Amino acid sequence: MAVYVNILGAGLAGMTAARTLAKNNIHVRLFSVQVSQRAQSNLAEGGLNAALNMMGEDNDINQHFEDTMKGGCYIADPDMVKGLCEGAPSIVDEMKRIGVPWHMEDGHIIQRPFGGQKKRRTCFCMSSTGKILTTASIDDTRKYEDSGLIERYTHHKFAGILVKNNKCIGIKIYDNHEGTYNNYSGPVIICSGGMNGMFPSITTGTTSNTGSVTAMLYNSGVKLSNLEFIQYHPTTVKITDKRMLISEAARGEGGRLCYLDGETKVYFMEDKFGERGNLMPRDVVSKEMAMLNKKTYLDMTGLSNDVWNNRLKDLRDEIIDYLNIDPANELIEVAPGIHYFMGGIKVDINHETNIEGLYAAGECAAAYHGANRLGGNSLLGAIYGGKIAAESIIKALDKYDDNSGLNEFSDDLNENIFINEEEKSKDKVLTGILIKSMGIIRDETSLNLGLCELENIESSNASFEFKSRLNLAKAMIECAINRRESRGAHNRTDYPESNDSYKKPTTVSLVNNEIIIE
Amino acid sequence: MKKILHIKRQLNSNSESYYEDFVYESDNENATVATALLTTPVIWEHSCLQKKCGACAMVINGKPALACNTRLADIDCEIINIEPLQKFPVIQDLRVDRQIMMDKLKELKVWLESDSNKGNENISYEASRCLECGLCLEVCPNYYMDGKFGGMAAMTPLARIIDKASKDQRKELKKNYKKGVYNSCGKSLACIDICPAKIDIDKLLVKSNAAAIWNRWNKE
Repeated sequence: MAVYVNILGAGLAGMTAARTLAKNNIHVRLFSVQVSQRAQSNLAEGGLNAALNMMGEDNDINQHFEDTMKGGCYIADPDMVKGLCEGAPSIVDEMKRIGVPWHMEDGHIIQRPFGGQKKRRTCFCMSSTGKILTTASIDDTRKYEDSGLIERYTHHKFAGILVKNNKCIGIKIYDNHEGTYNNYSGPVIICSGGMNGMFPSITTGTTSNTGSVTAMLYNSGVKLSNLEFIQYHPTTVKITDKRMLISEAARGEGGRLCYLDGETKVYFMEDKFGERGNLMPRDVVSKEMAMLNKKTYLDMTGLSNDVWNNRLKDLRDEIIDYLNIDPANELIEVAPGIHYFMGGIKVDINHETNIEGLYAAGECAAAYHGANRLGGNSLLGAIYGGKIAAESIIKALDKYDDNSGLNEFSDDLNENIFINEEEKSKDKVLTGILIKSMGIIRDETSLNLGLCELENIESSNASFEFKSRLNLAKAMIECAINRRESRGAHNRTDYPESNDSYKKPTTVSLVNNEIIIE
Repeated sequence: MKKILHIKRQLNSNSESYYEDFVYESDNENATVATALLTTPVIWEHSCLQKKCGACAMVINGKPALACNTRLADIDCEIINIEPLQKFPVIQDLRVDRQIMMDKLKELKVWLESDSNKGNENISYEASRCLECGLCLEVCPNYYMDGKFGGMAAMTPLARIIDKASKDQRKELKKNYKKGVYNSCGKSLACIDICPAKIDIDKLLVKSNAAAIWNRWNKE
């Protein structure tokens, strides 16, 4: 019987993994709660980094590597980051071949400057790069759906992994339309996105990325990493139910951050860091804004008509639509909002987790970004990670041709898995504690207080999902307590300096209901 | 501001529908139908909440719209009638099954058979913006679920492929475009006004018609 690979999540990472397998004639089941058009990948805006050296700046792969390592405060695995940066140029090319209209001038791809990067290396499609890449990927994935190699299971939701002797032999899935559970055998790639739902309403992400998949995996023995590193994007605005991203491209194309002293604009980032102050890495900018504790504005009034018409038209339309302000003429009030999770499922260079046969890629995996992700590296990380996870399975395919063992899970299909209506109010308390405790600036007293409040949430008869979310929340705070230094997106007032003894990733696991941090 | 959400509910696809009212009160003048629905136990699809994903398409006071793009303050009456899209089977409450849109794209072979090295970047960008929300099909007088017509939800992605495809793929694309779009479009163009992404449908239609109907393809 042929091996089927089970992929959970149909955003860019999931679709890339699926196509990589299908191109090698391997059958794939692609599970997702909603269709790919609804995935968070569609919301990525500014671009994708690759050292193509299109701008005549002697931009090479080593510099992309060095910027990424430095941006992540040197705790990402250098071998993994090297692979990412080396793989980037061919990803730009592959996306072009499936029809992505990269911004071009005179027949050449144009690259824009982005935060934390010395050279211009961000390829883009206006300010809708994620949407455009996702559309092209959806169309290309459809080709393999037609040939039968990729089977889509839309409206299907994760209910658990099936593990035997520390080997993942399949996945348990709930069909939202039919109301039924099914077990599927084969290796599993998790591409479930970031943990936005642990911080609802203060993130730029989607409501579909609840964080529950990561939580349930953690509760099932999967190790997580770097949960303390949460990216607050400096330029977000509050809209009704969430925070809306104002792409870093706004600053890449000349936008400036300021506060007002009377009627005078004070460009505080430029004053402190010089000409490239607005494009410091996101952790630096957000920290400065938090310390400043003043109303902060994005000044895009100096951008040329060419930039507005050819590079940021979509961003301008969106701002006018939601804020009723034309950024070409007026300042936009901005504040940091949660945008990305550097931490997540711990993976090795093959994107395999601590459980054999279980892989993770995309934002759900802690892979390339260390303590702070550079703009333009998330779309890259999603596509590259999906590809590597799939290639790793291809190399190890012989290990997965045994479908026995699934039977013993067959009776295990109707337990109390998902959050119920009653638990939703408890979940609100839980997320409220996280929002309060895991801000940009932290200290041990308030982190301990948050942990104590989480301990008081009753969960003895709770669903698996709620229990898992509670355990994940505790793990996040424990990781933040444990890192007694300031590094990247983790800022401690009680330990304001970085400390070399912490210059390594954090690993957290749940063993016999106890949190173990390595 | 006080609004009464008069919502058409249905336990599952086989059960009878009924209406239930929910009161929503807020002084947030930017609150949308999505904001209000998030406070109810009603089942509906949502994801980005900023009209970038097309999940929350429904019928609001008789008009198909995205819930996240409909401000409560812009609705004059206190009672707001909310129903699922009518052209798709209801799964539960406001959640419908839009799989037929994806099936149609597969049937019309909306993908590139070989590497692309041509095409108009503006056309490709514009066509890539389609949310596949289904609002254009909901308002289209020519679209029926069991018919051959794919509507603008098929035309838009197809426009990207027509623009990019190599010579070898043209014959089949021409056939599929005629069958799935051109022959059945009655040119009511109600889709243009309803599209939440404000896609320039006219431009895409002109370009695709020129290529697939009048054989004025892009040069290799």
